[in-house]
Amino acid sequence: MKFWREPLDVDQIKVTQGVVTVLEERCKGCEFCISYCSRGVLVMSQKFNRKGYHFPEVIEPKLCVNCHFCEVICPEFAIFSQEAPEAANPGASAGQGD
Amino acid sequence: MSAQQATLPQAEHPQDALLRTERIPHIWCAGCGIGIAFGSLMSAITKSEIPRDDFAVVSGIGCTGRLAGYIHLDSFHTTHGRAIAFATGLKLARPQGKVIVASGDGDLLAIGGNHFIHAARRNMDMTVICVNNFNYGMTGGQLAPSTPYGAKTTTTPQGSPDEPFNFCSLAASCGATYVARWTALHIRRLTTAIAEALNKKGFSFVEVIAPCPTAFGRRNKIRRSLDLLKLYYDNSVVKNHIAPGEATIDFDNNLVVGKFVDVERPTFLDHYAAINRGEVEAWPATGVDASAAGKRKAG
Ligand SMILES: Cc1ncc(C[n+]2csc(CCOP(=O)(O)OP(=O)(O)O)c2C)c(N)n1
Ligand code: SF4
Ligand code: SF4
Ligand code: SF4
Ligand SMILES: [Mg+2]
Repeated sequence: MKFWREPLDVDQIKVTQGVVTVLEERCKGCEFCISYCSRGVLVMSQKFNRKGYHFPEVIEPKLCVNCHFCEVICPEFAIFSQEAPEAANPGASAGQGD
Repeated sequence: MSAQQATLPQAEHPQDALLRTERIPHIWCAGCGIGIAFGSLMSAITKSEIPRDDFAVVSGIGCTGRLAGYIHLDSFHTTHGRAIAFATGLKLARPQGKVIVASGDGDLLAIGGNHFIHAARRNMDMTVICVNNFNYGMTGGQLAPSTPYGAKTTTTPQGSPDEPFNFCSLAASCGATYVARWTALHIRRLTTAIAEALNKKGFSFVEVIAPCPTAFGRRNKIRRSLDLLKLYYDNSVVKNHIAPGEATIDFDNNLVVGKFVDVERPTFLDHYAAINRGEVEAWPATGVDASAAGKRKAG
């Protein structure tokens, strides 16, 4: 993660690892979540749902920081994030990612 | 489903607890901002820790008005323009309840404009959320009292010749105790504002500037909802506690958002109880000198 000024305790800061769930059948393909995820976790899938909309797909699962922004911006209640269980979150630290 | 996902605590959307999930997907268009405002309202309700049974959600007619049909609380989809009148009745019949009105700009401030100003004047204890998408979305995009000067609608194909209402200024001048405006992209601040409004005694008002790509954006050559969201957000400036009359909606870098009013004032029910208990002095408080009557010449 990039910092404007590197915090003194950067090596101790833990960044939460998030896991995103997409409820594909609810999605209407507006792209809000994809555009406003500041971590580039999501892309538009080539697939269609039953209503004929493309829906988001997770391409960078490790980059998700569980900020919930995709969840609150989605007008369809079709995507949400939650903290990864401990086992899947082996001390993700601020140094990870970009 | 991956092994990792299988161990996750939750498979349901966090908002499902407050949604009538059997009705989802809702009818709103792809990229419509009403869903974001609705989500914000649900988050604020959850945050408030007020018991669910105490809430009633009332809306009128319009795309925004459909919201009442999707929320899993006592909710009422009333006639066009009458949401506040209906909510007033509810509040008086059950004063301990928390009454929320959520509706569109046309419903609340065109056909329903009189109810709005008088409920604010009387300080009716309710929270009014107005999704302002600058037009009548449901009926195909006619001129609303919020339509920006010069913007095209089906009824103003050359552009609107009217100056729009400033809803926040109107609410404040009529006596609302809480007034705030945010765009649909200021999600966290919007949720905080709605939560504050819910906790406020009196007439609280929150305006949400929201994209309607289908009826409004399309006629103004902004078809992508993302571009509308961005237009509103990028031109917004946060000015808390500014005089509401100066809280302009100017799409050239001066779309003022923030909390403009947060004051205390007795509500209608406070005054009504005081009158009925005989606690209010006869009017006029200075009294009338009967002996002086008729002595002063007119003119
Ligand atoms: C008495 C009456 N007059 C007119 C209508 C038609 N009508 C339905 S919705 C609407 C306007 C809705 O606009 P708004 O409140 O801004 O909601 P939006 O669809 O934009 O969310 C109108 C005029 C009606 N249903 N009833
Ligand atoms: S929770 Fe945040 S980081 Fe994770 S996908 Fe959603 S917006 Fe991106
Ligand atoms: S914000 Fe919601 S509806 Fe829009 S693309 Fe993402 S998941 Fe689909
Ligand atoms: S017409 Fe406009 S306001 Fe109505 S659902 Fe579609 S985008 Fe939303
Ligand atoms: Mg409208």
